[in-house]
Amino acid sequence: IHFILLFSRQGKLRLQKWYTTLPDKEKKKIIREIVQIILSRHQKTSSFVDWKDLKLVYKRYASLYFCCAIEDQDNELLTLEVVHRYVELLDRYFGNVCELDIIFNFEKAYFILDEFIIGGEVQETSKKTAVKAIEDSDMLQETVEEYMNKPAF
Amino acid sequence: MPAPIRLRELIRTIRTARTQAEEREMIQKECAAIRSSFREEDNTYRCRNVAKLLYMHMLGYPAHFGQLECLKLIASQKFTDKRIGYLGAMLLLDERQDVHLLMTNCIKNDLNHSTQYVQGLALCTLGCMGSSEMCRDLAGEVEKLLKTSNSYLRKKAALCAVHVIRKVPELMEMFLPATKNLLNEKNHGVLHTSVVLLTEMCERSPDMLAHFRKVGLVPQLVRILKNLIMSGYSPEHDVSGISDPFLQVRILRLLRILGRNDDDSSEAMNDILAQVATNTETSKNVGNAILYETVLTIMDIKSESGLRVLAINILGRFLLNNDKNIRYVALTSLLKTVQTDHNAVQRHRSTIVDCLKDLDVSIKRRAMELSFALVNGNNVRGMMKELLYFLDSCEPEFKADCASGIFLAAEKYAPSKRWHIDTIMRVLTTAGSYVRDDAVPNLIQLITNSVEMHAYTVQRLYKAILGDYSQQPLVQVASWCIGEYGDLLVSGQCEEEEPIQVTEDEVLDILESVLISNMSASVTRGYALTAIMKLSTRFTCTVNRIKKVVSIYGSSIDVELQQRAVEYNALFKKYDHMRPALLERMPVMEKVTTNGPTEIVQTNGETEPAVLETKPPPSGLQPANQANDLLDLLGGSDITPVIPTAPTSKPASAGGELLDLLGDLNLTGSPVSAPAPQIAQPPFLLDGLTSQPLFNDIAAGIPSITAYNKNGLKIDFTFERSNTNPSVTVITIQASNSTELDMTDFVFQAAVPKTFQLQLLSPSSSVIPAFNSGTITQVIKVLNPQKQQLRMRIKLTYNHKGSAMQDLAEVNNFPPQSWQ
Repeated sequence: IHFILLFSRQGKLRLQKWYTTLPDKEKKKIIREIVQIILSRHQKTSSFVDWKDLKLVYKRYASLYFCCAIEDQDNELLTLEVVHRYVELLDRYFGNVCELDIIFNFEKAYFILDEFIIGGEVQETSKKTAVKAIEDSDMLQETVEEYMNKPAF
Repeated sequence: MPAPIRLRELIRTIRTARTQAEEREMIQKECAAIRSSFREEDNTYRCRNVAKLLYMHMLGYPAHFGQLECLKLIASQKFTDKRIGYLGAMLLLDERQDVHLLMTNCIKNDLNHSTQYVQGLALCTLGCMGSSEMCRDLAGEVEKLLKTSNSYLRKKAALCAVHVIRKVPELMEMFLPATKNLLNEKNHGVLHTSVVLLTEMCERSPDMLAHFRKVGLVPQLVRILKNLIMSGYSPEHDVSGISDPFLQVRILRLLRILGRNDDDSSEAMNDILAQVATNTETSKNVGNAILYETVLTIMDIKSESGLRVLAINILGRFLLNNDKNIRYVALTSLLKTVQTDHNAVQRHRSTIVDCLKDLDVSIKRRAMELSFALVNGNNVRGMMKELLYFLDSCEPEFKADCASGIFLAAEKYAPSKRWHIDTIMRVLTTAGSYVRDDAVPNLIQLITNSVEMHAYTVQRLYKAILGDYSQQPLVQVASWCIGEYGDLLVSGQCEEEEPIQVTEDEVLDILESVLISNMSASVTRGYALTAIMKLSTRFTCTVNRIKKVVSIYGSSIDVELQQRAVEYNALFKKYDHMRPALLERMPVMEKVTTNGPTEIVQTNGETEPAVLETKPPPSGLQPANQANDLLDLLGGSDITPVIPTAPTSKPASAGGELLDLLGDLNLTGSPVSAPAPQIAQPPFLLDGLTSQPLFNDIAAGIPSITAYNKNGLKIDFTFERSNTNPSVTVITIQASNSTELDMTDFVFQAAVPKTFQLQLLSPSSSVIPAFNSGTITQVIKVLNPQKQQLRMRIKLTYNHKGSAMQDLAEVNNFPPQSWQ
């Protein structure tokens, strides 16, 4: 996977994870371009778009679009499963996750993603293990600052 | 200074902003506060401030002043700080800033931290954005962690190693020893990441690949895969009833790389592939993802044919699936396999053709490409119907490719000339403006060659542009045809369909409208003008009108038109006696190859075969130059400087080479070569084409050979290739006798290698007169479906000087164009 983008129906970015090195300007340009392409796609079309030398795999969950850019030899159907798994992880952690959760806890969304994917490849295939790792890490935070009621920051 | 506001507060506040300007204001205020807080070196709230900064960064605002702060956070002892610090590093820093190198030491320390989650953070960051320098420095640490028993760290170390290898491929070797035990793990996370690591290594280095094949990686993977499939329900890794599909797919992918071009490995995995292919549930996407990967693997390794058929059938089933994604994936894979497993894919042809009607653009494109790959002699009529219909209704971005594809397919598989011409007409009328430029000369060539269809063709083209002359390629072809065959049009000679009544004036009307119209491109006008000119010899009553038109354009602003008009004018005035000969009907040109770009090979023994051969036949400008060459001939000194363009342009249209050649002859001589003798010559050259052996080859297009020359008996072979069947070569033999006595009872026999088929037609006679005063001609048809090198053994028997003569010879000097 080269990069992952999450954005709303209005095109607002909610998360961006890049696994390749690109200048900031380039990233912004790419985001604009891709958001436009995907938002203009008809509902009945497939979830795959050929873009430059990559393939974009996207899926809409409620009001959020999840988009991954994969290489030619990667399996598109499996990438859909990867996206779905990430949503499941978020759901398990937040409990019935919605877009607002991701907006207000964006750093957690990143942490969860980092427990699932490193360097563009999946690192953990068990839902239980991944979520437990996050929760344990959160515990560590708890010892430094009070967690739940008083957010760390 | 009051405590900086909390992150959530900030987010909430910013979201209340109603305009972009309001938001910007809030952000700027907060940034200022954060900046001053950073300056104060406030440890307590640094974390909070950086988090806020990251949020603002995501909204698109600059946040580079927080980079150093991230580093400070990473160096802190508090876990919360580290967490945000590393996140910030991954978001704000990248290789191109020197700042990132400062991280290296921190990461190194954290990789050896006592808390595994801190180690995890470090590994993750290194694995996502580590630069080559960082990777080089820290590879050793990563390698150490790759051998740890802690599966949480081991899996992360594996992916980190992948990243290191991607950045610094030379370091691959150092991870090799650690890979030995990787697959003995039970932990799926470690298994998965290990397979990814092994895949990366095998893909990058053939040595690694060979090594892993040797150490029995394939059986190990097969075992793991088998366990996954056979084992019972495992809630932890289950997705819709399938056990750890992510791992399954990765293993299949690694198997693909191991089995590629390797018989042993491929054999070892045949069973498991068959098992996966038949047992996987296909009701959900996840099952199909696994099947897809399986199919890709089967097609790529050296699998047995039964397995391959199984794979294609799976793809066929995919095509019928309601899910668009699956159809898309199936079409993509079929496209990859259609070359190698053509017959199997043919079975699914009708489904593929149905996909042409899909709404999704990507699916349509793939279906179109696949359809073209599947057209063959048997299905061409049906397929063309579908494809023409598709051409009609598809998006503009497809039309050019579709038109080109139809032309190619029609050329290869046309069942009859009439069908071929009809198809071309259809394409020109539906997508005329999208047809590629090089199609025009090709079409003209094709039309010239279909001699019996000339009347029909010109009639249809005429009707087509009557209504609408905006599509340039169509108009160009039509103009050319009308110019050539206008007489047929006017005389109403069409056999194929109801002949229409057209007068010469009406024909000239349409050509003139093309000339005048704003829609016509300069090239098209050139065609039209030349056509009008040609009609001056074919039409009888309207010559004056033609003269008038031509003279008008003598003062055209368009330089090209003006030049032509002036030259044509000159033809009328000074060289009127030349006009009929010069504007004669084009002779039939044989194409040598029927696939791809046409290459017309001219050899003439002497003059510049190389020049003609190497020039590619591109745009429709060629006929323009052909007219120029013509007039070049008439003497450069009379006509205002005509740029000698002959050697640099090579018309692909029929007859073009002819005149090119003549133009060449003119120009290769001294430029001052007296016009007078030249003027006398052209009719001779043109008329004498068929009798002069020197020019014989031009008509054929393939160099002729002397197959046998002994005892006064000489046998020449001349070649022609069939337009409709590229495997057929027609050889005409000419036997001549240079002795003083006739050769009688001459019998020619020939034998060819097994892969060929030979058909000998009857000879013109059995007597070869002496002193080369006459020849026997005989036609041989050779069928060469496998396009092998042509060889022939010939046996000659005849009576000469009272005795019976017999000879055997082998002919090996067939030119490549005769059999390729």
